[in-house]
Amino acid sequence: MSGLSIQSISMRFDLPNGESVQALQDVSIDLKAGELLSVLGPSGCGKTTLLNIVAGFIAPTAGRMMLNGHEIDGPDAERGMVFQQGALFEWMSVRENVGFGPSMKGMPKKNKVEIVDHLLDVVGLQDFKEKAVYELSGGMQQRVALARCLANDPDVILMDEPLGALDALTREKMQSLVLKLWKETGKTIILITHSVEEALLLGERLIVMAPRPGRIHKEYHLPFAEIGVGEDLRNVKKLIEFTERREEILGMIWDMEEEIMGRSEAVS
Amino acid sequence: MILFLIYVLIFVAAFFAVKTVASRNSNSDYGPLKTVTFGDESAVKPSRSASVISILSIFLLWAMFTGSVLLPNFLHVPGPFEGVGTFEYTTQAGSKLDTATVTVLVHPISSPEEAPPVDVGDGWAKNDSVAIGMWRSDLLRVDRNDEFGRSDGAEIIEINGFKVEPGDTIDVGWGTVTISDKGTPNIQPAKGWQMESIWLPAPEAVVKRVGEIANEGFRGSTLWEHLGYSLFRVIIGFFFGALVGIPLGYAMGLSNWFRGWFDPIVEFMRPVPPLALIPLVIIWAGIGETGKIILLFLAALWIMAIAARSGVSGVNISKVHAAYSLGASKSQIMRYVIVPNSLPEIFTGARVAMGVCWGTVVAAELVAAEQGAGMMIMVASKFQNTDIVIMGIILIGIIGFGIDMLMRWAERILVPWKGKG
Repeated sequence: MSGLSIQSISMRFDLPNGESVQALQDVSIDLKAGELLSVLGPSGCGKTTLLNIVAGFIAPTAGRMMLNGHEIDGPDAERGMVFQQGALFEWMSVRENVGFGPSMKGMPKKNKVEIVDHLLDVVGLQDFKEKAVYELSGGMQQRVALARCLANDPDVILMDEPLGALDALTREKMQSLVLKLWKETGKTIILITHSVEEALLLGERLIVMAPRPGRIHKEYHLPFAEIGVGEDLRNVKKLIEFTERREEILGMIWDMEEEIMGRSEAVS
Repeated sequence: MILFLIYVLIFVAAFFAVKTVASRNSNSDYGPLKTVTFGDESAVKPSRSASVISILSIFLLWAMFTGSVLLPNFLHVPGPFEGVGTFEYTTQAGSKLDTATVTVLVHPISSPEEAPPVDVGDGWAKNDSVAIGMWRSDLLRVDRNDEFGRSDGAEIIEINGFKVEPGDTIDVGWGTVTISDKGTPNIQPAKGWQMESIWLPAPEAVVKRVGEIANEGFRGSTLWEHLGYSLFRVIIGFFFGALVGIPLGYAMGLSNWFRGWFDPIVEFMRPVPPLALIPLVIIWAGIGETGKIILLFLAALWIMAIAARSGVSGVNISKVHAAYSLGASKSQIMRYVIVPNSLPEIFTGARVAMGVCWGTVVAAELVAAEQGAGMMIMVASKFQNTDIVIMGIILIGIIGFGIDMLMRWAERILVPWKGKG
């Protein structure tokens, strides 16, 4: 059985003051190999917690996860992660960063150089491979992070708001790059984002989560990622269907935020 | 006070002088044209000319107030009186009055002279003469050669024609004469504003002394041996402090048990100034090399341990997560993520530790040592060799500054990613 299966995950955090927060309640997701899932939700809905659980950085209080038929019980190279920012190793050059995974595995130098060169070509950073990562712009750094993740050839790529810190223009270019890499490599991808537009553009499937307790509110199957692979993303955004979906989801999230505000006001 | 006023005067004058020169050449300034500079910290750049003038003016003041030969005479502040001065005193014994002259020869302290011969003159009060060193004063029993002395009831009633009583001070032009309670004139030639070399030697005297000590040595060791000993102690002490402190800091950053065990010790020892440990270290290890190296080891140890600990805890957790999900093992995370990430902190700690060690070694040598920069200035001060003391202070400062520069340079070369995470 290939693919990622998240089965009834719950996560409760105990706070120092004795209270506890239900970050996730009974979340189940089944992902076929090669699917691109985007996860959207207001802050506090547990989407980053979900990603950290799938990555294996924290263990859920209930439920289990299976990847390709075996259970997930810790971080592993089969699940690569791209962080929002700041996760590159600034003491290494671009080339060394991208080659980090293969080096850790002890891959022969020749193969490693091949992989690194190929991926730097793919993300368009061939001319920068000897630079220090802190000399690159934010967009370039995220390309390095993508290439570093791909160099390990993981089965699943987990992206935690990877484009959140970029400016609008760079972000658009990077969205195209993510789609291109998804299509070319056929990786299973889970993408967490704050941006409704980004979730719609990139997600083949889209899950909207609701907060308190964190749970799946609604799921969509969307055609835009497929369209976007061969099309300018700006044209995709002009589609009537796209704008309708966007308004619908924005309204949904707006209502949730209102509800949170209302509830906290009622409490205070 | 006068010194301070002159300093302020130089400061203000240099400011306006440089400003005038700069505004004349302002066409060559292509700097960014910021209009808001007051309150913008980044717009404040140290003025190079101010730094140069600042250093020069310190030497200028030093030379002015010591009568240095490096400066033309007219720039010196008034020196002490030198040469021959005279004053007259009128003495009264019963109803008999008489006047006599006192000749005072003021000579440099370094070349003692005899009192100049004078004609005793007529009358029952005889003329006197005395030789006094510059900056010194002398209580002169002028009545000792008079026919009627103090024991005969003679009493000085006038100096240079001014009525005086015991306690009065009269300005005689080249100095002052004070009548003591017992009626003896105390002669004080004018001191001027210059410093006596026993308080502050002239710059050239210090330079000369550097040459002498560099050639002949001081107390059985050459200058370089003294400084070398101090440096050697610092390097050895720091080396062992880092050797133990860095692994200790790593252990504290990585393990609950180590953190819990050593936290109270480190947090207690850190605020104890190393100087406070000197007596204990002397009791335990004596005044030899071992004691000093132990002291410097302790000075460096806590600083390095804390630097390494905060280097480890400063690792951005997403870097560690990223390394794990790229398949790194624990030892690989240590080697490729934690150690390089903590190096900038460790370098900062090393710079602080070297500075503290340098200060501590000088202080320890002040207390007791056979060789070393601190011992040199301590012994010199006991013999009033102010020139050696000043030379020592300048050399200690230069070496301390050099150590810091060297560490900064090493930091730039070895951890170029500092502050870039």
